[in-house]
Amino acid sequence: MHPYQYIPATNITEAVSLLARYGPRARVMAGGTDLLVQLRGERYELDAVVDAKAIPELMALTLAKDGALSIGAAVPCYQVYEDEAIVAAFPGIIDAASLIGGIQVQSRASLGGNLCNATPSADGICPLIVHSGVVTLTGVGGTRTMLVEEFTTGPGRNALAHGEMLVKIDLPKPAAHFGAAYQRFIPRNEMDIAVAGVASAVTLDASGQKIESARIALASVGPTPIFAKKASDFLAGQPATEETYAKAGEVASTEATPISDMRGTIEQRHHLVGVLTRRTLAQAVQRARGNS
Amino acid sequence: MTQTPEQSVRKVSVQCTLNGQPTEFLAAPYLSLLEVLRETLGLTGTKEGCNDGNCGACTVNVDGRIVDSCLMLGAEAEGKTIETIEGVAPAGGLHPLQQAFLEEAALQCGICTPGFLVSAKALLEREPDADEPRIRLWLAGNLCRCTGYDKIIRAVEKARDEMK
Ligand SMILES: Cc1cc2nc3c(=O)[nH]c(=O)nc-3n(C[C@H](O)[C@H](O)[C@H](O)COP(=O)(O)OP(=O)(O)OC[C@H]3O[C@@H](n4cnc5c(N)ncnc54)[C@H](O)[C@@H]3O)c2cc1C
Ligand code: FES
Ligand code: FES
Repeated sequence: MHPYQYIPATNITEAVSLLARYGPRARVMAGGTDLLVQLRGERYELDAVVDAKAIPELMALTLAKDGALSIGAAVPCYQVYEDEAIVAAFPGIIDAASLIGGIQVQSRASLGGNLCNATPSADGICPLIVHSGVVTLTGVGGTRTMLVEEFTTGPGRNALAHGEMLVKIDLPKPAAHFGAAYQRFIPRNEMDIAVAGVASAVTLDASGQKIESARIALASVGPTPIFAKKASDFLAGQPATEETYAKAGEVASTEATPISDMRGTIEQRHHLVGVLTRRTLAQAVQRARGNS
Repeated sequence: MTQTPEQSVRKVSVQCTLNGQPTEFLAAPYLSLLEVLRETLGLTGTKEGCNDGNCGACTVNVDGRIVDSCLMLGAEAEGKTIETIEGVAPAGGLHPLQQAFLEEAALQCGICTPGFLVSAKALLEREPDADEPRIRLWLAGNLCRCTGYDKIIRAVEKARDEMK
Protein backbone atom coordinates (compact mmCIF):
# COMPACT_ATOMS: atom_id res chain seq x y z
CA MET A 1 0.00 0.00 0.00
CA HIS A 2 1.25 3.48 -0.89
CA PRO A 3 2.10 5.40 2.31
CA TYR A 4 -0.05 8.44 2.99
CA GLN A 5 -0.20 11.23 5.50
CA TYR A 6 -3.02 11.61 7.97
CA ILE A 7 -4.18 15.22 8.32
CA PRO A 8 -6.97 16.01 10.77
CA ALA A 9 -8.54 19.24 9.50
CA THR A 10 -10.16 21.51 12.06
CA ASN A 11 -12.17 23.71 9.72
CA ILE A 12 -13.64 23.66 6.21
CA THR A 13 -11.23 26.25 4.79
CA GLU A 14 -8.24 24.17 5.84
CA ALA A 15 -9.81 20.97 4.47
CA VAL A 16 -10.72 22.36 1.05
CA SER A 17 -7.35 24.05 0.60
CA LEU A 18 -5.69 20.69 1.30
CA LEU A 19 -8.01 19.06 -1.25
CA ALA A 20 -7.22 21.78 -3.79
CA ARG A 21 -3.48 21.43 -3.17
CA TYR A 22 -3.33 17.63 -3.39
CA GLY A 23 -5.99 17.21 -6.09
CA PRO A 24 -6.86 13.55 -6.64
CA ARG A 25 -3.96 12.54 -4.34
CA ALA A 26 -6.04 13.41 -1.25
CA ARG A 27 -9.49 12.38 -0.08
CA VAL A 28 -11.73 13.24 2.82
CA MET A 29 -12.20 10.61 5.50
CA ALA A 30 -15.35 10.52 7.59
CA GLY A 31 -15.74 7.07 9.19
CA GLY A 32 -13.21 5.47 6.86
CA THR A 33 -15.32 2.31 6.53
CA ASP A 34 -15.18 2.54 2.75
CA LEU A 35 -12.03 4.63 2.36
CA LEU A 36 -9.64 2.50 4.42
CA VAL A 37 -10.87 -0.70 2.79
CA GLN A 38 -10.40 0.81 -0.67
CA LEU A 39 -6.91 2.11 0.14
CA ARG A 40 -5.88 -1.27 1.50
CA GLY A 41 -7.33 -2.96 -1.57
CA GLU A 42 -5.26 -0.55 -3.73
CA ARG A 43 -8.30 0.72 -5.59
CA TYR A 44 -6.37 4.01 -5.73
CA GLU A 45 -3.33 5.68 -4.16
CA LEU A 46 -3.38 8.73 -1.96
CA ASP A 47 -0.69 10.98 -0.51
CA ALA A 48 -3.00 12.38 2.17
CA VAL A 49 -6.14 11.44 4.03
CA VAL A 50 -7.98 14.50 5.36
CA ASP A 51 -9.93 13.56 8.48
CA ALA A 52 -13.17 15.55 8.66
CA LYS A 53 -14.25 14.47 12.14
CA ALA A 54 -12.77 17.51 13.88
CA ILE A 55 -14.65 19.98 11.65
CA PRO A 56 -17.64 21.27 13.65
CA GLU A 57 -20.01 21.75 10.67
CA LEU A 58 -19.39 18.19 9.48
CA MET A 59 -20.13 16.75 12.93
CA ALA A 60 -23.27 18.84 13.57
CA LEU A 61 -26.60 17.05 13.77
CA THR A 62 -29.54 19.38 14.31
CA LEU A 63 -33.25 18.91 14.33
CA ALA A 64 -34.44 22.51 14.03
CA LYS A 65 -37.43 23.85 15.96
CA ASP A 66 -39.32 24.08 12.66
CA GLY A 67 -38.75 20.33 12.12
CA ALA A 68 -36.02 20.41 9.44
CA LEU A 69 -33.11 18.02 9.90
CA SER A 70 -29.50 18.89 9.10
CA ILE A 71 -27.00 16.02 9.04
CA GLY A 72 -23.32 16.97 9.04
CA ALA A 73 -21.46 14.96 6.41
CA ALA A 74 -19.30 13.05 8.93
CA VAL A 75 -21.90 12.33 11.64
CA PRO A 76 -21.75 8.60 12.42
CA CYS A 77 -24.92 6.55 11.95
CA TYR A 78 -25.33 5.74 15.65
CA GLN A 79 -25.71 9.41 16.55
CA VAL A 80 -28.63 9.63 14.14
CA TYR A 81 -30.47 6.54 15.41
CA GLU A 82 -29.76 7.19 19.09
CA ASP A 83 -31.47 10.60 18.92
CA GLU A 84 -35.06 9.95 20.00
CA ALA A 85 -36.49 13.08 18.41
CA ILE A 86 -34.94 12.15 15.05
CA VAL A 87 -36.16 8.56 15.39
CA ALA A 88 -39.70 9.84 15.89
CA ALA A 89 -39.65 12.40 13.08
CA PHE A 90 -37.49 10.64 10.42
CA PRO A 91 -38.06 6.87 10.68
CA GLY A 92 -37.25 6.42 6.98
CA ILE A 93 -33.72 7.72 7.61
CA ILE A 94 -33.40 5.54 10.71
CA ASP A 95 -34.28 2.46 8.61
CA ALA A 96 -31.04 3.04 6.69
CA ALA A 97 -28.78 4.36 9.47
CA SER A 98 -29.48 1.30 11.58
CA LEU A 99 -28.78 -1.27 8.87
CA ILE A 100 -25.48 -0.01 7.44
CA GLY A 101 -23.00 -2.66 8.67
CA GLY A 102 -23.05 -3.88 12.26
CA ILE A 103 -22.66 -1.93 15.50
CA GLN A 104 -18.89 -1.53 15.00
CA VAL A 105 -19.36 -0.03 11.52
CA GLN A 106 -22.22 2.21 12.71
CA SER A 107 -19.90 3.71 15.33
CA ARG A 108 -17.95 5.28 12.47
CA ALA A 109 -19.86 5.12 9.16
CA SER A 110 -21.63 8.32 8.12
CA LEU A 111 -24.52 8.98 5.75
CA GLY A 112 -22.29 11.60 4.10
CA GLY A 113 -19.62 8.96 3.41
CA ASN A 114 -22.30 6.59 2.12
CA LEU A 115 -23.47 9.30 -0.27
CA CYS A 116 -19.98 10.39 -1.44
CA ASN A 117 -18.92 6.79 -1.94
CA ALA A 118 -21.86 6.62 -4.35
CA THR A 119 -22.28 2.88 -4.81
CA PRO A 120 -25.60 2.02 -6.46
CA SER A 121 -26.30 -0.36 -3.55
CA ALA A 122 -25.75 2.27 -0.83
CA ASP A 123 -28.56 2.01 1.70
CA GLY A 124 -28.39 5.61 2.89
CA ILE A 125 -28.96 7.44 -0.38
CA CYS A 126 -32.53 6.48 -1.38
CA PRO A 127 -34.07 7.55 1.95
CA LEU A 128 -32.33 10.93 1.59
CA ILE A 129 -33.75 11.25 -1.95
CA VAL A 130 -37.36 10.56 -0.93
CA HIS A 131 -37.01 13.10 1.88
CA SER A 132 -36.10 15.67 -0.81
CA GLY A 133 -32.64 16.02 0.71
CA VAL A 134 -30.33 18.83 -0.40
CA VAL A 135 -26.54 18.59 -0.22
CA THR A 136 -24.23 21.50 0.52
CA LEU A 137 -20.86 21.34 -1.23
CA THR A 138 -18.03 23.71 -0.39
CA GLY A 139 -14.77 24.27 -2.26
CA VAL A 140 -12.11 26.96 -2.36
CA GLY A 141 -14.32 28.86 -4.81
CA GLY A 142 -17.46 28.89 -2.67
CA THR A 143 -20.54 26.90 -1.77
CA ARG A 144 -23.33 25.39 -3.86
CA THR A 145 -26.31 23.16 -3.21
CA MET A 146 -28.11 20.47 -5.19
CA LEU A 147 -30.69 17.73 -4.74
CA VAL A 148 -29.36 14.40 -3.47
CA GLU A 149 -30.56 12.63 -6.65
CA GLU A 150 -28.39 14.97 -8.74
CA PHE A 151 -25.30 14.28 -6.63
CA THR A 152 -24.54 10.70 -7.64
CA THR A 153 -23.43 10.50 -11.27
CA GLY A 154 -22.25 6.89 -11.72
CA PRO A 155 -20.94 3.91 -9.79
CA GLY A 156 -18.51 5.44 -7.27
CA ARG A 157 -18.83 8.85 -8.93
CA ASN A 158 -20.38 12.04 -7.61
CA ALA A 159 -20.79 15.70 -8.49
CA LEU A 160 -17.93 16.95 -6.30
CA ALA A 161 -15.44 19.05 -8.26
CA HIS A 162 -11.73 19.02 -7.44
CA GLY A 163 -11.14 20.69 -4.12
CA GLU A 164 -14.77 20.39 -3.07
CA MET A 165 -16.21 18.54 -0.09
CA LEU A 166 -19.66 17.60 1.14
CA VAL A 167 -20.51 19.65 4.20
CA LYS A 168 -24.04 18.55 5.13
CA ILE A 169 -27.31 17.11 3.99
CA ASP A 170 -30.48 19.09 4.74
CA LEU A 171 -33.90 17.47 4.90
CA PRO A 172 -36.91 19.78 4.91
CA LYS A 173 -39.52 19.54 7.65
CA PRO A 174 -41.79 16.60 6.80
CA ALA A 175 -45.29 17.79 5.83
CA ALA A 176 -48.29 16.85 7.95
CA HIS A 177 -49.39 13.28 7.08
CA PHE A 178 -45.92 12.47 5.69
CA GLY A 179 -44.36 9.05 6.10
CA ALA A 180 -41.28 7.33 4.67
CA ALA A 181 -39.67 3.89 4.79
CA TYR A 182 -36.67 2.03 3.36
CA GLN A 183 -36.28 -1.71 2.91
CA ARG A 184 -33.69 -3.78 1.11
CA PHE A 185 -33.41 -7.42 0.11
CA ILE A 186 -30.30 -9.29 1.23
CA PRO A 187 -29.73 -13.05 1.40
CA ARG A 188 -28.78 -12.87 5.11
CA ASN A 189 -30.43 -11.10 8.03
CA GLU A 190 -27.60 -8.66 8.75
CA MET A 191 -24.38 -7.28 7.29
CA ASP A 192 -24.76 -7.71 3.55
CA ILE A 193 -25.00 -5.66 0.37
CA ALA A 194 -28.47 -4.98 -1.03
CA VAL A 195 -29.57 -7.03 -4.04
CA ALA A 196 -32.22 -4.33 -4.37
CA GLY A 197 -33.57 -1.63 -2.08
CA VAL A 198 -36.52 0.78 -2.23
CA ALA A 199 -37.32 3.94 -0.29
CA SER A 200 -40.85 5.33 -0.41
CA ALA A 201 -42.27 8.56 0.96
CA VAL A 202 -45.91 9.65 0.84
CA THR A 203 -47.88 12.69 1.86
CA LEU A 204 -51.54 11.84 2.52
CA ASP A 205 -54.57 14.11 2.55
CA ALA A 206 -56.16 14.99 5.89
CA SER A 207 -58.42 11.91 5.78
CA GLY A 208 -55.37 9.66 5.50
CA GLN A 209 -57.02 7.77 2.61
CA LYS A 210 -55.59 9.54 -0.44
CA ILE A 211 -51.99 10.00 -1.53
CA GLU A 212 -51.36 13.65 -2.38
CA SER A 213 -47.76 13.19 -3.42
CA ALA A 214 -45.09 10.53 -3.26
CA ARG A 215 -41.41 9.98 -3.91
CA ILE A 216 -39.87 6.58 -4.67
CA ALA A 217 -36.14 5.80 -5.01
CA LEU A 218 -34.45 2.56 -6.01
CA ALA A 219 -31.11 1.12 -4.82
CA SER A 220 -28.85 -1.43 -6.47
CA VAL A 221 -30.82 -1.59 -9.72
CA GLY A 222 -28.89 0.89 -11.88
CA PRO A 223 -25.56 2.73 -12.14
CA THR A 224 -26.69 5.15 -9.41
CA PRO A 225 -29.52 5.19 -6.89
CA ILE A 226 -32.56 6.06 -9.06
CA PHE A 227 -35.29 8.59 -8.33
CA ALA A 228 -38.32 6.74 -9.79
CA LYS A 229 -40.14 9.72 -11.25
CA LYS A 230 -42.85 7.83 -13.13
CA ALA A 231 -43.89 5.79 -10.11
CA SER A 232 -43.77 8.90 -7.95
CA ASP A 233 -45.95 10.87 -10.39
CA PHE A 234 -48.35 7.95 -10.82
CA LEU A 235 -49.09 7.90 -7.08
CA ALA A 236 -50.29 11.51 -6.84
CA GLY A 237 -54.06 11.51 -6.32
CA GLN A 238 -54.34 7.71 -5.92
CA PRO A 239 -56.18 6.04 -3.04
CA ALA A 240 -53.83 4.63 -0.37
CA THR A 241 -54.63 0.97 -1.06
CA GLU A 242 -52.73 -2.26 -1.68
CA GLU A 243 -53.88 -2.13 -5.29
CA THR A 244 -52.26 1.27 -5.75
CA TYR A 245 -49.02 0.09 -4.13
CA ALA A 246 -48.89 -2.93 -6.45
CA LYS A 247 -49.43 -0.75 -9.53
CA ALA A 248 -46.75 1.68 -8.36
CA GLY A 249 -44.44 -1.31 -7.94
CA GLU A 250 -45.03 -2.30 -11.56
CA VAL A 251 -44.24 1.23 -12.74
CA ALA A 252 -41.14 1.47 -10.53
CA SER A 253 -39.94 -1.84 -11.90
CA THR A 254 -39.90 -0.33 -15.42
CA GLU A 255 -37.65 2.48 -14.15
CA ALA A 256 -35.02 0.05 -12.84
CA THR A 257 -32.05 -0.68 -15.13
CA PRO A 258 -30.38 -3.52 -13.25
CA ILE A 259 -27.54 -5.79 -14.26
CA SER A 260 -27.02 -9.44 -13.39
CA ASP A 261 -24.12 -10.12 -11.05
CA MET A 262 -23.08 -12.50 -8.27
CA ARG A 263 -25.78 -11.06 -6.01
CA GLY A 264 -28.79 -11.33 -8.29
CA THR A 265 -30.16 -11.46 -11.80
CA ILE A 266 -31.90 -8.78 -13.85
CA GLU A 267 -35.24 -10.62 -13.54
CA GLN A 268 -34.91 -11.05 -9.77
CA ARG A 269 -34.07 -7.38 -9.32
CA HIS A 270 -37.06 -6.19 -11.38
CA HIS A 271 -39.25 -8.47 -9.29
CA LEU A 272 -37.73 -7.22 -6.03
CA VAL A 273 -38.34 -3.58 -6.98
CA GLY A 274 -42.04 -4.40 -7.35
CA VAL A 275 -42.23 -6.22 -4.02
CA LEU A 276 -40.19 -3.68 -2.06
CA THR A 277 -42.09 -0.72 -3.55
CA ARG A 278 -45.34 -2.31 -2.42
CA ARG A 279 -44.03 -3.03 1.08
CA THR A 280 -42.34 0.32 1.66
CA LEU A 281 -45.40 2.21 0.40
CA ALA A 282 -47.61 0.30 2.85
CA GLN A 283 -45.17 1.07 5.67
CA ALA A 284 -44.80 4.72 4.66
CA VAL A 285 -48.61 5.12 4.60
CA GLN A 286 -48.86 3.54 8.05
CA ARG A 287 -46.28 5.95 9.37
CA ALA A 288 -48.00 8.89 7.64
CA ARG A 289 -51.29 7.99 9.34
CA GLY A 290 -49.58 8.01 12.72
CA ASN A 291 -48.05 11.37 11.92
CA SER A 292 -51.00 13.78 11.85
CA MET B 1 18.14 12.14 -4.74
CA THR B 2 14.63 10.77 -5.01
CA GLN B 3 12.88 9.92 -1.81
CA THR B 4 11.03 6.68 -1.34
CA PRO B 5 7.41 7.26 -0.31
CA GLU B 6 8.16 5.72 3.09
CA GLN B 7 10.73 8.44 3.76
CA SER B 8 8.44 11.27 2.76
CA VAL B 9 5.71 10.30 5.24
CA ARG B 10 6.78 11.05 8.79
CA LYS B 11 5.71 9.06 11.79
CA VAL B 12 3.16 10.71 14.02
CA SER B 13 3.27 10.85 17.78
CA VAL B 14 -0.01 9.89 19.44
CA GLN B 15 -1.14 10.19 23.05
CA CYS B 16 -4.13 8.24 24.30
CA THR B 17 -5.41 6.34 27.30
CA LEU B 18 -5.04 2.62 26.67
CA ASN B 19 -6.58 0.15 29.12
CA GLY B 20 -6.54 2.84 31.79
CA GLN B 21 -2.89 3.83 31.24
CA PRO B 22 -1.69 7.06 29.63
CA THR B 23 0.08 5.79 26.52
CA GLU B 24 2.24 7.45 23.89
CA PHE B 25 3.36 5.86 20.65
CA LEU B 26 5.08 6.79 17.41
CA ALA B 27 3.67 5.19 14.27
CA ALA B 28 3.43 5.64 10.52
CA PRO B 29 0.17 7.55 9.86
CA TYR B 30 -1.26 4.96 7.49
CA LEU B 31 -1.10 2.08 10.00
CA SER B 32 -4.42 0.86 11.31
CA LEU B 33 -5.11 0.93 15.02
CA LEU B 34 -5.03 -2.87 14.81
CA GLU B 35 -1.49 -2.80 13.40
CA VAL B 36 -0.40 -0.30 16.02
CA LEU B 37 -1.86 -2.34 18.86
CA ARG B 38 -0.34 -5.61 17.72
CA GLU B 39 2.95 -4.52 16.17
CA THR B 40 3.91 -1.19 17.73
CA LEU B 41 2.51 -1.79 21.22
CA GLY B 42 2.79 -5.58 21.39
CA LEU B 43 -0.83 -6.06 22.47
CA THR B 44 -1.61 -9.17 20.46
CA GLY B 45 -4.89 -10.03 22.20
CA THR B 46 -6.78 -8.10 19.52
CA LYS B 47 -7.00 -10.39 16.49
CA GLU B 48 -6.99 -9.88 12.75
CA GLY B 49 -9.55 -11.95 10.88
CA CYS B 50 -10.50 -10.23 7.64
CA ASN B 51 -8.78 -6.83 7.83
CA ASP B 52 -11.79 -5.24 6.08
CA GLY B 53 -14.47 -4.67 8.70
CA ASN B 54 -16.50 -7.82 8.25
CA CYS B 55 -15.48 -10.19 11.06
CA GLY B 56 -15.19 -8.11 14.24
CA ALA B 57 -12.17 -10.10 15.54
CA CYS B 58 -10.34 -6.77 15.88
CA THR B 59 -13.10 -5.07 17.93
CA VAL B 60 -11.90 -2.56 20.51
CA ASN B 61 -13.74 0.04 22.57
CA VAL B 62 -13.00 3.67 21.69
CA ASP B 63 -14.57 6.35 23.90
CA GLY B 64 -17.34 3.95 24.88
CA ARG B 65 -18.20 2.76 21.36
CA ILE B 66 -17.07 -0.50 19.79
CA VAL B 67 -15.17 -0.15 16.52
CA ASP B 68 -13.26 -2.47 14.20
CA SER B 69 -9.65 -1.48 14.86
CA CYS B 70 -8.73 -2.54 11.30
CA LEU B 71 -11.02 0.27 10.03
CA MET B 72 -9.49 3.05 12.12
CA LEU B 73 -6.05 4.59 11.82
CA GLY B 74 -3.72 4.47 14.79
CA ALA B 75 -3.20 8.20 14.29
CA GLU B 76 -6.90 8.72 15.02
CA ALA B 77 -6.36 7.45 18.57
CA GLU B 78 -5.01 10.87 19.62
CA GLY B 79 -6.84 11.95 22.79
CA LYS B 80 -9.06 8.87 22.83
CA THR B 81 -9.75 6.38 25.60
CA ILE B 82 -9.28 2.86 24.28
CA GLU B 83 -9.98 -0.51 25.82
CA THR B 84 -8.75 -3.76 24.28
CA ILE B 85 -9.25 -7.34 25.42
CA GLU B 86 -6.18 -6.88 27.64
CA GLY B 87 -8.20 -4.36 29.67
CA VAL B 88 -11.29 -6.52 30.16
CA ALA B 89 -10.27 -8.72 33.12
CA PRO B 90 -10.01 -7.11 36.56
CA ALA B 91 -6.64 -7.56 38.33
CA GLY B 92 -6.11 -11.16 39.37
CA GLY B 93 -9.41 -12.47 38.02
CA LEU B 94 -11.70 -12.88 35.04
CA HIS B 95 -14.55 -10.71 33.86
CA PRO B 96 -17.95 -12.46 34.29
CA LEU B 97 -18.13 -12.70 30.48
CA GLN B 98 -14.78 -14.47 30.31
CA GLN B 99 -15.85 -16.86 33.09
CA ALA B 100 -19.14 -17.56 31.30
CA PHE B 101 -17.39 -18.16 27.96
CA LEU B 102 -15.23 -20.79 29.69
CA GLU B 103 -18.14 -22.46 31.47
CA GLU B 104 -20.37 -22.51 28.40
CA ALA B 105 -17.53 -23.60 26.08
CA ALA B 106 -18.26 -20.55 23.92
CA LEU B 107 -14.98 -20.84 22.04
CA GLN B 108 -13.07 -23.37 20.02
CA CYS B 109 -10.15 -21.92 18.03
CA GLY B 110 -10.53 -18.66 19.94
CA ILE B 111 -9.67 -16.21 17.17
CA CYS B 112 -13.06 -14.51 17.42
CA THR B 113 -13.21 -14.55 21.23
CA PRO B 114 -11.49 -11.25 22.12
CA GLY B 115 -13.77 -9.43 19.68
CA PHE B 116 -16.90 -11.08 21.05
CA LEU B 117 -15.88 -10.28 24.62
CA VAL B 118 -15.16 -6.60 23.91
CA SER B 119 -18.44 -6.28 21.98
CA ALA B 120 -20.55 -8.10 24.57
CA LYS B 121 -19.03 -6.12 27.43
CA ALA B 122 -20.00 -2.85 25.75
CA LEU B 123 -23.55 -4.14 25.27
CA LEU B 124 -24.02 -5.27 28.87
CA GLU B 125 -22.60 -1.99 30.18
CA ARG B 126 -25.13 -0.04 28.12
CA GLU B 127 -28.05 -2.43 28.31
CA PRO B 128 -27.79 -4.71 31.37
CA ASP B 129 -31.16 -6.30 30.46
CA ALA B 130 -30.40 -7.05 26.80
CA ASP B 131 -32.52 -10.03 25.68
CA GLU B 132 -31.49 -12.75 23.26
CA PRO B 133 -32.61 -11.05 20.01
CA ARG B 134 -30.85 -7.87 21.13
CA ILE B 135 -27.67 -9.79 21.94
CA ARG B 136 -27.76 -11.53 18.55
CA LEU B 137 -28.30 -8.25 16.70
CA TRP B 138 -25.55 -6.46 18.67
CA LEU B 139 -23.11 -9.27 17.89
CA ALA B 140 -23.99 -9.43 14.17
CA GLY B 141 -20.70 -7.67 13.42
CA ASN B 142 -18.72 -10.48 15.07
CA LEU B 143 -18.27 -13.68 13.09
CA CYS B 144 -17.37 -17.12 14.45
CA ARG B 145 -16.52 -20.04 12.17
CA CYS B 146 -16.42 -22.65 14.95
CA THR B 147 -19.12 -22.48 17.60
CA GLY B 148 -22.32 -21.94 15.66
CA TYR B 149 -23.05 -18.92 17.91
CA ASP B 150 -25.57 -20.55 20.28
CA LYS B 151 -22.94 -21.19 22.95
CA ILE B 152 -21.72 -17.62 22.66
CA ILE B 153 -25.24 -16.27 23.10
CA ARG B 154 -25.82 -18.53 26.11
CA ALA B 155 -22.56 -17.37 27.68
CA VAL B 156 -23.51 -13.72 27.24
CA GLU B 157 -26.93 -14.37 28.79
CA LYS B 158 -25.29 -16.15 31.71
CA ALA B 159 -22.86 -13.27 32.31
CA ARG B 160 -25.74 -10.81 32.02
CA ASP B 161 -27.65 -12.65 34.75
CA GLU B 162 -24.57 -12.91 36.96
CA MET B 163 -23.72 -9.22 36.60
CA LYS B 164 -27.09 -8.13 37.98
C1 LIG C 1 -18.49 -4.56 7.25
C2 LIG C 1 -19.12 -3.46 6.45
C3 LIG C 1 -20.48 -3.48 6.23
C4 LIG C 1 -21.08 -2.48 5.46
N1 LIG C 1 -22.43 -2.52 5.28
C5 LIG C 1 -23.04 -1.59 4.53
C6 LIG C 1 -24.44 -1.62 4.31
O1 LIG C 1 -25.15 -2.50 4.83
N2 LIG C 1 -25.00 -0.67 3.53
C7 LIG C 1 -24.26 0.31 2.95
O2 LIG C 1 -24.82 1.14 2.26
N3 LIG C 1 -22.92 0.39 3.15
C8 LIG C 1 -22.30 -0.54 3.91
N4 LIG C 1 -20.94 -0.48 4.11
C9 LIG C 1 -20.14 0.55 3.44
C10 LIG C 1 -19.83 1.79 4.31
O3 LIG C 1 -19.81 1.46 5.68
C11 LIG C 1 -20.86 2.89 4.09
O4 LIG C 1 -20.87 3.28 2.74
C12 LIG C 1 -20.59 4.12 5.00
O5 LIG C 1 -21.76 4.89 5.08
C13 LIG C 1 -19.44 4.99 4.52
O6 LIG C 1 -19.32 6.07 5.41
P1 LIG C 1 -17.91 6.51 6.01
O7 LIG C 1 -18.19 7.67 6.88
O8 LIG C 1 -17.20 5.38 6.63
O9 LIG C 1 -17.17 6.95 4.67
P2 LIG C 1 -15.61 7.04 4.33
O10 LIG C 1 -15.05 5.69 4.15
O11 LIG C 1 -14.92 7.95 5.28
O12 LIG C 1 -15.71 7.77 2.91
C14 LIG C 1 -16.28 7.14 1.78
C15 LIG C 1 -15.92 7.92 0.51
O13 LIG C 1 -16.54 9.19 0.54
C16 LIG C 1 -15.57 10.23 0.55
N5 LIG C 1 -16.04 11.22 1.52
C17 LIG C 1 -16.44 10.98 2.78
N6 LIG C 1 -16.87 12.12 3.36
C18 LIG C 1 -16.72 13.09 2.44
C19 LIG C 1 -16.99 14.49 2.44
N7 LIG C 1 -17.51 15.11 3.51
N8 LIG C 1 -16.72 15.21 1.32
C20 LIG C 1 -16.19 14.59 0.23
N9 LIG C 1 -15.92 13.26 0.16
C21 LIG C 1 -16.18 12.53 1.26
C22 LIG C 1 -14.27 9.58 0.95
O14 LIG C 1 -13.15 10.28 0.42
C23 LIG C 1 -14.43 8.20 0.34
O15 LIG C 1 -14.13 8.24 -1.02
C24 LIG C 1 -20.30 -1.46 4.90
C25 LIG C 1 -18.92 -1.43 5.13
C26 LIG C 1 -18.32 -2.41 5.90
C27 LIG C 1 -16.85 -2.36 6.14
S1 FES D 1 -10.12 -7.88 11.20
FE1 FES D 1 -11.23 -6.09 11.56
S2 FES D 1 -13.23 -6.68 11.16
FE2 FES D 1 -12.11 -8.44 10.59
S1 FES E 1 -14.04 -20.02 18.07
FE1 FES E 1 -13.11 -20.22 16.13
S2 FES E 1 -13.91 -18.50 15.07
FE2 FES E 1 -15.02 -18.48 16.88
